[in-house]
Amino acid sequence: MSKMTRREFVKTTAGAAAGVSLGASLVGRAEAADLSYKPEKGAKLRVLRWKRFVQGDEDMWMQNTKKFTEKTGVEVRVDNEGWEDVRPKAAVAANVGSGPDIIIGWYDDPFQYPDKLLDLSELASYLGKKYGGWYDICRRYGTRDGKWIALPLGVVGNLLTYRESHVRAAGFDGVPGDLPGFLKLCQALKAKGTPAGMALGHAVGDGNDWVHWLVWTHGGKMVDDKGNVALNSPETIAALEYAKELYPTFVPGTLSWLDPNNNKAFIDGQVSLTNNGISIYYAAKNSTDPKLKEMAADINHAHFPIGPVGRRTEFNQITSAMLFKHSKYPNAAREYLRFMWEWDQYDAWMKAAIGYVSGPLKAFEKSTVWTVDPKHTIFRDLAGGMLDNGYAYKLGAASAAVMADCVLIDMVAEAATGAQTPKAAVERAEKRALRYYKI
Amino acid sequence: MTSGTSLLSRVQNDRNVLGLVFLFPAAALLVVFLTYPLGLGAWLGFTDTTIGRSGRFVGLENFASLLRDSVFWLSVWNTFIYTAVASAVKFGLGLWLALLLNRNIPFKSFVRAIMLMPFIVPTVLSAIAFWWIYDSQFSIISWTLVRLGLIHHYIDFLGDPVLARASVIAANVWRGIPFVAISLLAGLQTISPSLYEAATLDGAGSWQRFRHVTYPLLTPIIAVVMTFSVIFTFTDFQLIYVITRGGPMNATHLMATLAFQRAIPGGQLAEGAALAGAMIPFLLAAILISWFGLQRRKWQQGGSDA
Repeated sequence: MSKMTRREFVKTTAGAAAGVSLGASLVGRAEAADLSYKPEKGAKLRVLRWKRFVQGDEDMWMQNTKKFTEKTGVEVRVDNEGWEDVRPKAAVAANVGSGPDIIIGWYDDPFQYPDKLLDLSELASYLGKKYGGWYDICRRYGTRDGKWIALPLGVVGNLLTYRESHVRAAGFDGVPGDLPGFLKLCQALKAKGTPAGMALGHAVGDGNDWVHWLVWTHGGKMVDDKGNVALNSPETIAALEYAKELYPTFVPGTLSWLDPNNNKAFIDGQVSLTNNGISIYYAAKNSTDPKLKEMAADINHAHFPIGPVGRRTEFNQITSAMLFKHSKYPNAAREYLRFMWEWDQYDAWMKAAIGYVSGPLKAFEKSTVWTVDPKHTIFRDLAGGMLDNGYAYKLGAASAAVMADCVLIDMVAEAATGAQTPKAAVERAEKRALRYYKI
Repeated sequence: MTSGTSLLSRVQNDRNVLGLVFLFPAAALLVVFLTYPLGLGAWLGFTDTTIGRSGRFVGLENFASLLRDSVFWLSVWNTFIYTAVASAVKFGLGLWLALLLNRNIPFKSFVRAIMLMPFIVPTVLSAIAFWWIYDSQFSIISWTLVRLGLIHHYIDFLGDPVLARASVIAANVWRGIPFVAISLLAGLQTISPSLYEAATLDGAGSWQRFRHVTYPLLTPIIAVVMTFSVIFTFTDFQLIYVITRGGPMNATHLMATLAFQRAIPGGQLAEGAALAGAMIPFLLAAILISWFGLQRRKWQQGGSDA
């Protein structure tokens, strides 16, 4: 930790002594060997972040930000925008070299413009040491060539959300953990008139999440560990054959679904099993409608089944903070990030969003948000069971381009609906992927 | 009188210089906000720029790569179908509506104002409304038809590739009709009633009056209106982006939406620029056709070929 002696940083104790009024209660438990950055004089920050579906997330983020301003005097303007609008805006900011200081973006955004981002290694290693270490997946999404170019904020979990009573009525105690069992459950649900449904339209979140799992759990992958496109394999074909059997069990219309569709259909009782974040449960639980409250008691969550690869291969939306080189107040920005990632703020924020985002650091598993309601618990360590969208190679421009082009979603949709044979669908997808993984 | 003031007064009285001065603000705006971005976009198409990295010149590589891309060809095909069908329907319905509104109907101005509604509502809002109308679970159309007992299953408006294309075209038509109808109505009103009286005295029926009086006099307006209509339709983005994102299986991806998807979320700025650039020849063709059409009609002189 020799870097900590650099002039721009001061020990928290010194910072506190410099007249921080709120002091003790905020800085909290691990005050002793803390890292802290001294904001530049007159620093002002602009933060662009996503908001989505869960109101508690936005409210608590703003409250924490206000606390930061009270503590440091640094004015922070936070723009909360629709989650899909953040990507283009971040891209523009990176390209023109001006805009928000901090942008909380998605997936492999940082790998699209790594040269425009400030190094966050010191802060990341401090947080890692203090909070039980980063999950491997967060390290993959946060570092490039050993340097932290982004600070993972966490994982927006995407698991199976289902109606317990409907699954029981179909003759199952819960969602089977294996692929044949899962197919049988979906068939039984369909027979009972309470079908499953997962998005096959260009749903950037839900659609990508489940089709990546589907391909991976059968052992398929977009690229091998050397970066060669390896999609055209018996494993991928097997995944598509499975999709072909699964699709007829879905509620009609999933081919047109975008991200919000399954939430609406589930809440309306038209779908009994889908893949989603905790937001459906959150909406039902916090509703004033007694019918929805009743539904909340009947909602539960399950992991995606595990296929031939024999381990969890889920795909969740991962979100990270990027600090841009064009920021005039990099230390204020680092201090803001540090503050927001510290236990007191992070834990309160997780709780407000009832675990919509799972922590990037292992110590955050200890939060009571995961135990206060047993239906939250499964979201606790999602970062531990997921792969990244560059798997099994590096994240980069190619992985981002292939996912943005919905290559896997289209492949599964084509095969599942019979528009193409599985073999033709995978060949078409392979051709599309090769346009980006060409080097 | 010093030479300075004489120069100034000469400049002030020189129409050419003054013209340039007055032209400057408008020209500067056009150059900064139109010519430069367009030129930059065209240039990017010949480079390998990505979002994080400024590129180098690669010639026609992007275009060659697009030619081998099945999704690109699908989007070209979709764009043509979309433009052709939507423009034709908009013209037919718009002309019909204009002819109706040109008659003496009760509450004429009120009806005309109401008709502008689809054009006034922000596109994104009307797109969201259509998204709900076409929803696979909550469609008001499906709901009504099921209630009436006419169908038993909800219509998969946006899930079936052919239906999805038809649905987005219908949304585009709804939005585009007012522009066509109001413009043609303006044209209709410039036609002198005495021409119709003369035609009626000569024994012309309503179809003959339309064919030999209305249609020839309306042609110049039709050319202008349809040029604009084709351009608006060809470059449509918002409707598709909100309603389908180009899905299902890229069946509704237009060149504009695909260009955006690849350039911004996908990070391949150069490829997106090339895709957008590929639209220019088609647009130029549309403009040239109508321009030569207009020349032939000599409409500037108020004359006609007849």
